[in-house]
Amino acid sequence: MLDVRTCGSLAEAAGLLSADRQAHLIGGGTLVMRAVNEGRLTEGTLVRVTDPAFRQMNLGGPRIELGAGVTMAMVLARGELAFLHPAARSIGGPAVRTMASLGGNLFAGPPYGDFTVALLALDAQVVLQAGYGGGRAVALEDFLAARARGGQGLVAAIQFARPQSPGDFRFRKISRVRPKGIAVMTLAAHLPRAGGRIAQARIAYGAMAPTPIRARGVERALEGKPLDAVSLQAAAQAALEGCRPATDAIASEWYRREVLPVHLARLLAGDGR
Amino acid sequence: MAKLPVQLRLNGADRATFVDPAEPLLTTLRRGLGDFAPKYGCGQGTCGVCTVLVDGEPQLACLTLAVACDGRHVETASGLADGPDMHPLQTAFMAHFAAQCGFCTPGMLTAARALLAHNPHPTREEVVEAISGNICRCTGYEPIILAILAAAAAPGARRA
Repeated sequence: MLDVRTCGSLAEAAGLLSADRQAHLIGGGTLVMRAVNEGRLTEGTLVRVTDPAFRQMNLGGPRIELGAGVTMAMVLARGELAFLHPAARSIGGPAVRTMASLGGNLFAGPPYGDFTVALLALDAQVVLQAGYGGGRAVALEDFLAARARGGQGLVAAIQFARPQSPGDFRFRKISRVRPKGIAVMTLAAHLPRAGGRIAQARIAYGAMAPTPIRARGVERALEGKPLDAVSLQAAAQAALEGCRPATDAIASEWYRREVLPVHLARLLAGDGR
Repeated sequence: MAKLPVQLRLNGADRATFVDPAEPLLTTLRRGLGDFAPKYGCGQGTCGVCTVLVDGEPQLACLTLAVACDGRHVETASGLADGPDMHPLQTAFMAHFAAQCGFCTPGMLTAARALLAHNPHPTREEVVEAISGNICRCTGYEPIILAILAAAAAPGARRA
């Protein structure tokens, strides 16, 4: 049978999670309670965190830090995070957004986890707390690569640099059902420019691999280039590098590969379709 | 495992019950407190038929821990009517034939109530967004959208 422990501090929760392999952190509940309802999670301890730091948002400086318990609705309520609103709004309906947390989204398997795709394109870092010690920051990409192994510790917060220009950040979730549907794929791009040329582009895909991934081939194709027809074509040609999409109820692996270059070109071109 | 005490304010009335530690709020409402308005649909957060308001914000009762609602205000579609007087949303749903089988209706009403509480004069797009987490397999949504827009235009639609 499942027990529930409520922790007043992140350290206490991290300690519980490191000491008990059958302990599971419950944030908004949209992943964990689903597993409970489906009978996939029947034994162990659900760990709740009531530490205010878990839902804290530090938005003042050039580097943003969001507690892992911050919800999609909380993101949508803050004008300073307007560049992330399309990503937050793409998650479920209003009731899901009241509950779903940023930290939980990091653990959503494909084709879910759309917000994580946005964070990956922002080169985010994840602050992990293992046991009662202090937190350590790891690159989100490394965190996702090790996600399946588990045991990385409690995700306490997420940090990233604010885009210098909001227009440099782009996000698209492609789904078959309007206004809301599960992702065929999700794309995000951060395209900083220096002297009219792309400098250190970050492109990320969701639902194109077992976890959200960086599109390094596309990033290389765009580096130092102006965003024009030639560079867009080069980006489209490199679009599929590193992709291992799955076939599921939403789309086949073949279909995802076929349409990715089209949607990527639209994202990069700023085409609102 | 020992049950845990939970006290909450349900539709304006103080209620108390005992719950299993990992019990969803939906189970507590239906089995423990006898409020059958929120329904069990998918249990996955997809259908929205269990939508309730917790401290005024929409949440899915099937994915909410009951113990997390201790001391909080929970509102369901059962609390919409004031005795024999229906809420303007309920009247509009009737007038616009927005309920067919009725299974989604409590969740739709609650989602609409949350919308109108924050945004008394929504656009059609805002209504569509507000019910985007609620699935209806009968109406094709159009009567529901029209009903919510009509309720927003009716006096008293923001009544809590």
